[in-house]
Amino acid sequence: MANTSLVLEARGITKQFPGVLANDRVDFDLRQGEIHALLGENGAGKTTLMNILYGLYRADSGDVLVDGQAVTILTPKDSIGLGIGMVHQHFMLIPVFTVAENVMLGDETVRRGMLDRKTVAGKVQELSHKYGLDVNPQALVGQLAVGLQQRVEIVKTLYRDAHILILDEPTAVLTPQEADDLFRIMRELTKRGVSIIFITHKLKEVLAVADRITVMRNGHVVGTTTPQETNEAQLASMMVGREVILTVRKEPAQPKEKILEVSDLHVKDDRGLDVVRGVSFDVRAGEILGIAGVQGNGQTELAEALTGLRAVQGGEFVLGGVDLTGDPPRPITEAGLGNIPEDRQRHGLVLSYTVADNMVLCSYYLPPFARGLVLQQEAVDANARRLIQEYDVRTPSPYVPTSKLSGGNQQKVIVARELSRPVKLLIASQPTRGLDVGSIEYIHKQLVLMRDRGVAVLLVSAELDEILALADRIAVMYRGQIMDFVEAEDSDKESLGLLMAGIKPASQPEPAA
Amino acid sequence: MDWRRFAIIALIIGIMFGTVVLIGVSQNSALVLITSMLATTIAVATPLTLGALSGLYCERAGVVNIGIEGMMLGAAFFGWLASIYMNTVFHLAAMPSLLTGVVTAVVTGGLFALLHAVLSITFKVDQIIGGTVINILAAGITGFLNRQMFFGGGSVFGGQIPHSPGVLPRIHVPVLGDIPGLGRVFEQQPIALAALALVVITHFVLFYTRWGLRTRAVGEHPAAADTVGINVIRMRYMNVIIGGMLAGLGGAYFTLESISSFEPLMTNGRGFIALAAMIFGNWTPFGAWAAALVFGAAQALQINLQFLRQLIPPQWAFLQNSYVVGLAPYVLTMLILTGLIGRTIPPAADGKVYEK
Repeated sequence: MANTSLVLEARGITKQFPGVLANDRVDFDLRQGEIHALLGENGAGKTTLMNILYGLYRADSGDVLVDGQAVTILTPKDSIGLGIGMVHQHFMLIPVFTVAENVMLGDETVRRGMLDRKTVAGKVQELSHKYGLDVNPQALVGQLAVGLQQRVEIVKTLYRDAHILILDEPTAVLTPQEADDLFRIMRELTKRGVSIIFITHKLKEVLAVADRITVMRNGHVVGTTTPQETNEAQLASMMVGREVILTVRKEPAQPKEKILEVSDLHVKDDRGLDVVRGVSFDVRAGEILGIAGVQGNGQTELAEALTGLRAVQGGEFVLGGVDLTGDPPRPITEAGLGNIPEDRQRHGLVLSYTVADNMVLCSYYLPPFARGLVLQQEAVDANARRLIQEYDVRTPSPYVPTSKLSGGNQQKVIVARELSRPVKLLIASQPTRGLDVGSIEYIHKQLVLMRDRGVAVLLVSAELDEILALADRIAVMYRGQIMDFVEAEDSDKESLGLLMAGIKPASQPEPAA
Repeated sequence: MDWRRFAIIALIIGIMFGTVVLIGVSQNSALVLITSMLATTIAVATPLTLGALSGLYCERAGVVNIGIEGMMLGAAFFGWLASIYMNTVFHLAAMPSLLTGVVTAVVTGGLFALLHAVLSITFKVDQIIGGTVINILAAGITGFLNRQMFFGGGSVFGGQIPHSPGVLPRIHVPVLGDIPGLGRVFEQQPIALAALALVVITHFVLFYTRWGLRTRAVGEHPAAADTVGINVIRMRYMNVIIGGMLAGLGGAYFTLESISSFEPLMTNGRGFIALAAMIFGNWTPFGAWAAALVFGAAQALQINLQFLRQLIPPQWAFLQNSYVVGLAPYVLTMLILTGLIGRTIPPAADGKVYEK
């Protein structure tokens, strides 16, 4: 475990961006062989600090020491030379290159003027074996699962003899299983002398894997602690700067009439494989039905089919008494669907449009936003100002491109747009993925509020905690079918976990693959 | 390897060669007709091949270059001008004059490319606009200078078209040139031969060297290249300039290898057809070369049909109309660009400005 020698030390780092003091006299240190978590909300300055350590930004003032020596890091080349490796949140991999090519890029082995792919592949294999990473050097990176791509990133740093590893929000893109694999690899690395900075905003993960925890807020370090000395609630309030309610408060549901009826639905994925295979369920007004399951068991395609984005191969669904099977999105939307899509940047927003324009994406063609063919800009603006206020969207103005907003605020734009319409059914897919604690709290409250107003809510989430906290009933999907329905109050993580793995209690036979 | 693409290319070329053989076989043997078609095809495909390779270096590094047409035109003019100056003003012999011309053309292409790089990489001007600027600039400068220097009483050469040093001579290639019957296919002039060599060299550079790996990385995902210490801006500059120099060599073909004179706008859209060839070739050197040969063959067909004019049977009279045959490469360009023949995948960051 960790001894006390410091491998990395940052003293008094200050970085000013136009309008924001991203790092204000930040002190941070990393001990040999430890996992030091850096916790904070989006925009707290974690990534800025790491980009300074990695040479992507230059600090306005402050010192960096590596192995006790003061160093100057101007470019990534400098930091790589000092043994610092970084795995970025958005992978820095070239999809059309092989693993070996990605690993050697920038530090190529050349023999007689030619790339020596064989030697590099051998070294990748060796590293992969040593740390239990299981990556094939010949594979094309674009064809690897996200979790494996992340390991390629780790191999890239190890190939350059990194002994200080910065992992920037590494679990944001991973399934729970992939995250567990990552934690195992992280422990393996620290055992062999690598020191890790683990950037995240997920409290549970921090408590599970970190040796020490430093919390940042608004560019400052709030404090450093250890998992033994703290708990989730305390970390959350350090991050947000106020009390945060981590558990959702809600009254028992009072379900009324059936709003959505789905029967024997069949859907194919992009590769033409049957991924939703005969799913039937209904959602009533005033209840939240949670769809749990490991990512990739058909939930995504199910939600896309119900929102009109994906063709239905068989079966039907009825919304508010109207059969909408196979209809395009607009009639479904007009029948009363609100949709918070899984990929907010691709399916939820037009990133280059302003906040105001995004807020009328579903209704721009209707009065009061349109009169005939002419858009009524005043009505659009008034709508935006009202929603920004009501849903607490943090934006400098209604007229900035939505791409400039943080992830949490982008999601609030979608939530504001979808919930401000008269909806009967709300489909929320992974509504809090990648968001910080404050935003998660907010979105959860809104979902419960909608339920209490008599909306039928279908919540699709890979986060079991989220499902357990919000749903009234839970359907577990496994290989395109619903394994079972359970009442939320009678279930726990373990029993749901078994269902998600395709194992039914009382050893009933599992459905054919 | 994308066999389907090459099969389609072989088929198109085969149809064009077959047409010539069918018409001409009463006068010449099929072998003579085919080798003659092949030799012409390779020769006239030279500027297209070089233009396509030019585009390849630029776009593989992530910079769209639609200014190849202008770069070739400018190089054709300045290369020719330099050779005439050397020959008539400095009284250099024909060969050194021509070689100076070639060097000047290559440098001209490089300078135009430097302009494109400054505009599109440093000043982040839209790359299509940057390329258009070069096309318009080249047409303007060459047209203006051509007029100023060669026409009218006050012009440099006093209104006289000066004696030109001729064109680059054919080179006998050992071994390949000695193959009986087929040998004459390789009896080409130096720029045509250089283009063939450059196809192989470019393939090697792009896929087997450090430079190529980094170039492709910069064109696919510049941020990833940046984080491993590669200087994205420098890589892009260098590749755009290399591309410009290749376009310059392609330009030299027009005035130093094909004919020994300059006419305004004489590149006549070849720079754009070269880009089509590059796209059809799916951004690979051999693919681009094969596609350039399709356009070359169409042009060779047009030339050969003019020689065989009397032999064209009456029911194929439309082939006598050189405009109809001349249209073929442009129709092909359009068909190819509408994606009729296979899907092509450009480098992911092609045309995108890199900002940290």
